[in-house]
Amino acid sequence: MKHNHRKQAGSRLVELFQAYLLNHAHGLFSSLGRLSRTPFTSSMTILVLAIAISLASSFYIVVANIQQLTGNLESSNQMSLFLHDNITDAAGQKLAEQIQQNGSVVDVKFISKKQALEEFKANSGFSDALNALERNPLPSVIQVVPKNALENNEDIEKLMADFKQFPQVDFVQVDMQWVARLQTIMLIASRGVMLVSLLLGFAVTFITGNTIRLELQNRQDEVFISKLVGATHAFIQRPFLYTGFWLGFISGFLGWLIMTIMLLILETPVEKLSTLYNSSFDLLFLSFSEFILLLMISSVLAVVGSWAVLHYQLRQLKPQ
Amino acid sequence: MLRFEHVSKRYPDAGEALTDVSFHLHRGEMAFLTGRSGAGKSTLLKLIAMMEQCTRGSVSLDGQDITRIGERKIPYMRRNLGLIFQDYKLLNDRTVFDNVALPLVVSGYNHQEVARRVRASLDKVGLLGKEKKHPLALSGGEQQRVGIARAIVNKPKLILADEPTGNLDPDLSAEVMFMFEQFKQVGVTVLIASHDIELINHLGHRVLTLDKGHLVAS
Ligand SMILES: Nc1ncnc2c1ncn2[C@@H]1O[C@H](COP(=O)(O)OP(=O)(O)OP(=O)(O)O)[C@@H](O)[C@H]1O
Ligand SMILES: [Mg+2]
Repeated sequence: MKHNHRKQAGSRLVELFQAYLLNHAHGLFSSLGRLSRTPFTSSMTILVLAIAISLASSFYIVVANIQQLTGNLESSNQMSLFLHDNITDAAGQKLAEQIQQNGSVVDVKFISKKQALEEFKANSGFSDALNALERNPLPSVIQVVPKNALENNEDIEKLMADFKQFPQVDFVQVDMQWVARLQTIMLIASRGVMLVSLLLGFAVTFITGNTIRLELQNRQDEVFISKLVGATHAFIQRPFLYTGFWLGFISGFLGWLIMTIMLLILETPVEKLSTLYNSSFDLLFLSFSEFILLLMISSVLAVVGSWAVLHYQLRQLKPQ
Repeated sequence: MLRFEHVSKRYPDAGEALTDVSFHLHRGEMAFLTGRSGAGKSTLLKLIAMMEQCTRGSVSLDGQDITRIGERKIPYMRRNLGLIFQDYKLLNDRTVFDNVALPLVVSGYNHQEVARRVRASLDKVGLLGKEKKHPLALSGGEQQRVGIARAIVNKPKLILADEPTGNLDPDLSAEVMFMFEQFKQVGVTVLIASHDIELINHLGHRVLTLDKGHLVAS
């Protein structure tokens, strides 16, 4: 008897669980159906959300692209030690070897006057004009790549001062400073993008919340009647949360699409520009995992906005 | 089953709607609640349905005090009640079947069980075969019977009806009342608010009379 009872209770539990799952599945798809029944309102909301999301992700991808560009520049943070005109190649080579001993130096390369001229001829396209010169106007150069090139400005400056002490050295030039400036600008830009994205994220949350509030008002009767027949808040808010989820999810996808189309439009001119600069710059798109993350973030923001509104409003709605 | 003890209800800006009301309904008892318009009939039913809270006294259902019941427990308590309204309160964008099924869906019954119980319930009110119709395609009497089917589908212990025959002609009213008598037969407690003195007297059940919020006869 008792055993039977327990068995019955158990099967009721299974039944409840199955019904619960079915309910969720039903809520998921019926809320999608309901969105499609008001195509105008839904598409307006989704479009506004998608634009906000595409703005945020476009800012992000632009910064990522510029960072990629400045990342490539890092390898050129080297110092160039221009030697006096009267220094022979052998003496220059010797100095280079001496500098190599310095602990804060990673790589040292000696470029003789002749090499410098060859390189310049090859790259500049002035070879005919240069051939006409009687003597080589270029100095020999020692290129030095310091350790942790960008990390500490003071160290770099100290190193620079050290190199200036060598009598053979005419002057020292550091390629680093403008890179450092650029990187600082990029840091500010990426902070700015973060703040703007945060704002746009809030916008997504609030727009979804407001849409759900209107939806709740439209379906007040249903909410009242459900309450009167014993529906819990969790049950009542479920379809609305799913609506919020779909709004976020679809807008996330659409936002990604808008951004990708804009990038595709920009890709050809960017490539052209890049070949003009003799560089092989590839435009960066959102990776697959970033795309998934974007969908997740927009869905979560939308659900949070919906939840906040439901949490507050369901308490207010009292059946009459 | 249902017990009111010195219950008063004051609306913030409309004064006292109920004053010191006490009575007790036994299990399986059927009673009418009458009184003039504004006497407090709907208010009394709302206290039982936990749509309002009384200002003084206590209301208990099946031995459980529902006077200061927590917000979270209300849905579960309501599943023991069947509520019927004068304006039916049906969802017009859903079929008769879906309307009647709502209390079961809300309580998490599975598909087969829902379908079985909804049919049984519609059968009792004589609407089997109209499951796929929408409420607005039905007559007033039929809509009220959908409301009744919805109220009994969850096998409630107590049925509350607020002027269930207010919009029906005498024949339909008598039919609906006959249905309530049948529920009473199977042990359900029934409380019906109604103006229809003639019908009430004809049926001869217990009568609770309210006058300006006071219970003057029970
Ligand atoms: N939500 C409310 N807010 C303020 N006052 C209310 C509210 N509901 C009812 N009242 C007041 O309480 C009193 C009793 O109202 P109630 O609706 O209970 O009467 P009733 O007996 O059901 O009347 P009727 O037969 O017309 O339906 C009335 O004076 C009414 O104005
Ligand atoms: Mg009333």
